[in-house]
Amino acid sequence: MLREIEGSKAVAAAVAACRPDVVCAYPISPQTHIVEELSRLVKVGELDCEYINVESEFAAQSVAIGASAVGARAYTATASQGLLYMVEAVYNASGLGLPIVMTVANRAIGGPINIWNDQSDTMSQRESGWLQLFAADNQEAADLHVQAFRIAEELSLPVMVCMDGFVLTHAVERVDVPEQEQVDAFLPPFQPVQTLDPEDPVTIGAMVGPEAFTEVRYLAHRKQQAAVEVVERVGREFAAAFGRQSGGLLHTYRTEGAETVVVALGSVTGTLKDAVDTLRDDGVPVGLVALTSYRPFPEAAMARALAGAKRVVSLERAFSLGRGGVVEDDLRRVLWDRAGEVALTTVAAGLGGRDITSASLVEVLRRADRGELAPLEFLDLDEATVAAHLAAVGPRTEGAAS
Amino acid sequence: MTTTSTTPTAAPQQSGGRTRFYQVGSFAVGNRLLPEVRSLQSSRERNNTLTSGHRACQGCGEALGARYVLDAATAAAEQAGGSLVTVNATGCLEVFSSPYPESAWRLPWLHSLFGNAPAVATGVAAGLRAKGRDDIRVVAQGGDGGTVDIGFGCLSGMFERGDDVLYVCYDNEAYMNTGVQRSGATPPAARTATTQAVGDAPGNVFGQGKDVPRIAMAHEIPYVATATVADLHDLERKVTHAMGMHGPRYIHVLVPCPLGWGAKSSHTVRIARLAVESGLFPVFEAEYGEVTGVSPIRRQVPVEDYLVLQRRFAHLFRPTRDEQTIGRLQALADRNIRRYGLLGHPEAVPVLNDEATGATSTLGARADLNDAPKED
Repeated sequence: MLREIEGSKAVAAAVAACRPDVVCAYPISPQTHIVEELSRLVKVGELDCEYINVESEFAAQSVAIGASAVGARAYTATASQGLLYMVEAVYNASGLGLPIVMTVANRAIGGPINIWNDQSDTMSQRESGWLQLFAADNQEAADLHVQAFRIAEELSLPVMVCMDGFVLTHAVERVDVPEQEQVDAFLPPFQPVQTLDPEDPVTIGAMVGPEAFTEVRYLAHRKQQAAVEVVERVGREFAAAFGRQSGGLLHTYRTEGAETVVVALGSVTGTLKDAVDTLRDDGVPVGLVALTSYRPFPEAAMARALAGAKRVVSLERAFSLGRGGVVEDDLRRVLWDRAGEVALTTVAAGLGGRDITSASLVEVLRRADRGELAPLEFLDLDEATVAAHLAAVGPRTEGAAS
Repeated sequence: MTTTSTTPTAAPQQSGGRTRFYQVGSFAVGNRLLPEVRSLQSSRERNNTLTSGHRACQGCGEALGARYVLDAATAAAEQAGGSLVTVNATGCLEVFSSPYPESAWRLPWLHSLFGNAPAVATGVAAGLRAKGRDDIRVVAQGGDGGTVDIGFGCLSGMFERGDDVLYVCYDNEAYMNTGVQRSGATPPAARTATTQAVGDAPGNVFGQGKDVPRIAMAHEIPYVATATVADLHDLERKVTHAMGMHGPRYIHVLVPCPLGWGAKSSHTVRIARLAVESGLFPVFEAEYGEVTGVSPIRRQVPVEDYLVLQRRFAHLFRPTRDEQTIGRLQALADRNIRRYGLLGHPEAVPVLNDEATGATSTLGARADLNDAPKED
């Protein structure tokens, strides 16, 4: 049903339609509205599930682990520091093969403390063994949750649905909220691969020594590789069932004949489409790849999407200190056999919630098209502030240290 | 008694039974002759949830305690027509019982992390409730590190939410799994790898640590109890009682660790008994925040009888006897005795080596020090 609805409430409605058995919640901005709405749905009787208020994000993920291990469909949501606080359990959930679905309302990580949106939090979890799907808008955010439960339970792996905090969670948009009957037809009841059943007792979470751990990791990697096909297929099936494109591995926008292709994740792809349109109107051959599935990373699909590009710009909402772009590394691997032909640059943008304006994007892509970008740039960096700080306190150069 | 038992004259074969006794053809199996006072463990019908062949050290108090706890809990669940699942924190118990591809567990068992067993148990209980499985009960277990320290936030959360979980802490008073470092349950003066017996105040400092049974009571949960592996009938009874209740329940079991405490493997039960009889480890029960019962001390012994069997306290006796520290430990025991009325007279202050109380050393000369195992 088409509704004028806040992103968080649309997500809550979509999650509710997935009939979770256990929802565990600890509030953190900007995730709060999601768990608030789910608590209301449970309280008024519109959603029949166990709603567990926990004392920390670490407990939230742990409750989800326990619930999933007995064959219950488990859901939680978090952001930023909350995600970091539950990291030990995040890795454990994937290691135990538990198909938990978690929304992450993407937010910067402190210090300094900052509650606004970037994607530093989930990028820090790229090796966690969770699938990571990024929503471009609130329609996709709602739809991705329905797909996430299908994908997670088919693979017996947990899935993170990443949506930009505030920009999406708190934005009111038109969303076609998935209907209960549609979801029921699309998402079968959870059939666990392994479960704590007294009739057939199993030991889950045994200690595994060097003689078997490598094999465990190898098999987990194989499962992630197999997930590429599953994510793509579930996206196609969703489109057939719901009549709209959501999810899948990636979307391309005006990449035909594009010499400069920008790759990005999440809500910034909307603004980037405007920028691409503006530049195309000016005759600048640019295109966009909006990446939905960051883990597993769809190498083959990305290679196809970038096949005609001479320059690739990785626009990133997170940053690896001391290294550079995060997604850039994945793209470099894709472009490895064309290393001499394709220029790959990273633009770090919108860190800690700084606005990413269409004008700034048009400017940086115009420069990219002219081959003027440095390998790593920070969009709208305040050069004067940086210079003043460097002059006052460094980092010190050799001469200044003496 | 809640035990199920066969008659002593029944053929001591394995047929139909769940466990196997090494000693057959004798009435002495299980150390009790009379069926009505037999423990569950002496019955061939016991569940044997933790099988032999696991990798615990010789004389491990935790392995002993866990077997009794889970067998009793399973029996109680089955008597009510249900069954059991268990959640385990990281620690010795998890490591020695689940080295892949082996498992010593014969019930559904889940280990997630060191600090989250209570929350995982919450999730298990919630998941079972959501699936309509009211017949499956949940027992969570962990050592003192996983319970009083790193898992404490989760434990408190499980208590205050009122989750239907029995949580059992096996307290061996340090981080034994990682090599005997201090935990929040390590007693004062005890030597550990991080509170070494050197300097002006050797061993663990006084005035630190947590009394988690009392903190659990402050949550006013349905049931809190302490127990030791010296009185296994008591432990069985408390587990059975706890399984008859719903909501969060907590049992804190003292489980001596021969390796970490520097004690003989054959002394595990003896040391646990001395911990109780000295007053250092009060054994009591509480419901909804009120003490409802204590195990009175039949014959109080001085704390040094307990201390002297353990090399972690050896520095209190050699090279010179540390009267002051022994006296401070005695004062802690005396306070427990007053607080819980362990001598039957809550207000009475026991006087040690007083002929009136009959409290004298059971060990006499300190020759026992030489019996203690050599330090590694």
